[in-house]
Amino acid sequence: MSNPNPVSGSPDKEPATEAQEARSEARANPTAPAGDSERAVAATATKEPPAEPRPSLGRLFLDNLWAANTVTVTVLAVLLAMLVGAVLIIVSDPAVLATYGYITARPSDAINSSWTVVSEAYANLFKGAIFDPEASGFTAALSPISETLTYTAPLVFTGLSVALAFRGGLFNIGAQGQATIGVILAAAAGFALPLPPGVHLLVALIAGAAGGAIWGFIPGILKARTGAHEVINTIMLNYVAVYFLSWIIIQNGVQNPRRADAISKPVEASAQLPRLLGDNLRVHAGILLAVLATWFVAWLLNRSTLGFELRAVGANPDAARTAGISVTKTFVLVMVIAGVLAGLGGSNMVLGSTADALTPQVVAQIGFDGILVALLGRVKPWGVLMAALLFGALQAGGNRMQSYSGISLELVTVLQALIVIFIAAPALVKAIFQLRAARAARLQTSLAKGW
Amino acid sequence: MAVPEVAVTAVDEGFWTRTRKTGAVVLALGLLAAVLFGALATDQQARFTLSETEGGAALEINGTVGAILFGLIAAAAGAALLAGVPKRWFTLLLGVGLVGFVLSFLCWQVSAAPAGSNFMPLVNVVRNTFVLALPLIFGALAGVLCERSGVVNVAIEGQLLMGAFSGALFGSISGSVWVGLVAAAIGGAFISLLLAVFAIRYLVDQVVMGIVLNLLAVGITGFLYERLMQTDATKYNSAPRFGTWEIPLLKDIPLIGPALFRSNIFLYLGLLLVLVIHFALFRTRWGLRTRSVGEHPTAADTLGVKVLRLRYRNVIMAGLVAGVGGASYTLALFSFTKNMIGGKGFIALAALIFGRWSPTGALLAALFFGFADQLATYLGAIGSSIPSQFLAMLPYLATILAVAGLVGRVRAPAADGKPYIKG
Repeated sequence: MSNPNPVSGSPDKEPATEAQEARSEARANPTAPAGDSERAVAATATKEPPAEPRPSLGRLFLDNLWAANTVTVTVLAVLLAMLVGAVLIIVSDPAVLATYGYITARPSDAINSSWTVVSEAYANLFKGAIFDPEASGFTAALSPISETLTYTAPLVFTGLSVALAFRGGLFNIGAQGQATIGVILAAAAGFALPLPPGVHLLVALIAGAAGGAIWGFIPGILKARTGAHEVINTIMLNYVAVYFLSWIIIQNGVQNPRRADAISKPVEASAQLPRLLGDNLRVHAGILLAVLATWFVAWLLNRSTLGFELRAVGANPDAARTAGISVTKTFVLVMVIAGVLAGLGGSNMVLGSTADALTPQVVAQIGFDGILVALLGRVKPWGVLMAALLFGALQAGGNRMQSYSGISLELVTVLQALIVIFIAAPALVKAIFQLRAARAARLQTSLAKGW
Repeated sequence: MAVPEVAVTAVDEGFWTRTRKTGAVVLALGLLAAVLFGALATDQQARFTLSETEGGAALEINGTVGAILFGLIAAAAGAALLAGVPKRWFTLLLGVGLVGFVLSFLCWQVSAAPAGSNFMPLVNVVRNTFVLALPLIFGALAGVLCERSGVVNVAIEGQLLMGAFSGALFGSISGSVWVGLVAAAIGGAFISLLLAVFAIRYLVDQVVMGIVLNLLAVGITGFLYERLMQTDATKYNSAPRFGTWEIPLLKDIPLIGPALFRSNIFLYLGLLLVLVIHFALFRTRWGLRTRSVGEHPTAADTLGVKVLRLRYRNVIMAGLVAGVGGASYTLALFSFTKNMIGGKGFIALAALIFGRWSPTGALLAALFFGFADQLATYLGAIGSSIPSQFLAMLPYLATILAVAGLVGRVRAPAADGKPYIKG
């Protein structure tokens, strides 16, 4: 089957809500022609022609600046999250809190000390993530960016994994488990196989992808065959993967014979992703692979037959079935590809510069963070890349904030969660800042389907 | 007449009904147990003592004999299911089959343990099963309250964690267990209030919101733990603990008495809540309304039930319950540590699903998971060859099998996770 319409999928529309909108449009406007929903399902909806003459570009920009469009809401969500973060910093600092005891007598004390502690924390966040003005020398100046990109790479993969599944109408909470199985196989290939450089890396990456694919296949086939909900199964498989990891690390042949704790043999140098900017900076080729993966997923979703079928199934499985698309096959394929992506994300954690051996925490939180990244990126591939950059920057900056200002790294988790909460409820942001309704895009990230 | 009879069976998956499939699986498991466990077991007596130690009265059986005998009992139950018995026997026979399998397994393990530890102290096992199941019971009940009224609660983990944290924090500051308990309930309710507002008012996807709230709870409690509790543990993280309350008369029942009725307030509260919620859900007006809102909110609305208000109320009640569950850690057992719930919220979710969204089912599932957990500890202590990690996987694998329809069918409330828009 070839896609009859090369420009399918209106790029301005929130993809996750295509079906939702189609349905609500049909409900809100019963007089609309019945063909409307089918049009949206096939993702060929065209924009209505503007009734009045096009205003100038500058005028449009100003109009949209304070409207509830994607960029404005995202920026405001980040600001709101940082505001809440600032409150947390203040209430958790006894010295600053003490100045609030006499705020009526000397308000300047409270304000000054609050400002000092908060601004110092956020300045360190910035310096650790983007650029440190006091840094001198090539390495020191590039170090923040290098750190940011190092943290970004695996998040891009897991974010893409979750986003791709979303587009196919599936909620992949199992990116964490898929990354875990991926990291096990990638590491095993990395220390067990005697292969020449280059080939070794390739084999290790393929092994990681295969591990993720297996772990994605299980909920996919269960969903297709028995209708078992993928949310439940992927949650459960996450934990099965965690216990499997903690078991396999301590087996003979896997555990590092020179260590008593739970750590595997190190991955050989021939299987490691090359560093991009010399040995002193951690950024490695994983970020290039991540960009490549983003391009691939974008192509897959918007230009390939499979992507068309996938979006059709995601928008309306019944209509897709009627149109002759095999829904079960698509479910399985979506989960396998999502698993491959998450598995590659896991591989990044052990083949890159973050770690070179398996430990119980080797995949950190990349699977769960991937969910946030996918939502923040509005489940679009390039959006996911941007969102992963933001999260990577927060992570890198958080490390500096922790060591320089003594603000716990957990603040970054809070900020990330809050940003996504505000993103997920654009109506709230819109109400707080009295934003104008956006012209084109309707902001709604509701994907509710239930169990 | 014969013809419609045939037609009906044809629709009913032919010979291989769900009962028969289950029977075949149980039969295979039973035979496997009789042969494999019987071969691996030793001639040692396997002692199941009715106390906390080796001494005292005990149930004894020869290891090999026990492993084979219980394996055969399981196989017989499976064979009966396979032969086609009336539907009302299904649960009983399935239960006999599974218990037989577990007992056969235990006979092998206990008899094969190193000399001197061929015993299993049942009081310990029962008590620890309940202790380990306790957060799961509270968590799963929170899930029941939410999901029966149509709001998916993936945020159980966050509610438990927030409850544990605020119980520890405010219990320490005030020095009173009761203040801690109330604070814990409010802490849990805070997370579920966020869930309610965003899910009901802003129509955010409920699973998404649950996941994000879990991360938020991990972040906030972890942040404040490092900033407050680690810097001044005596002031912020030394909550008083509930003591042991002995129930007169009941505490003297053998086995059950010392295991269950010499415990702390949380166990009594948990068991009481199961009964109360079960009764309320199936015997009161509130329960009928809750279930109808969870199944068909439009119909309920037509009949004058305030759908959104009921959902708000139930979700917040769920938070209160889960918050108390979190306090069962910090106000009875341990002081607060970062991310101390460690995935128990998700096992609670599994228990909720495995228990088919009913309070008593959730209790049984939670006890089953608690037992698996306790068994892992016990087998580790007697140096068993079974890796504890695989026993730890058991709850999750059991849930996957349950959802996939291999062990009966589980079905969520029809409107679970679907936001209701009036109009």
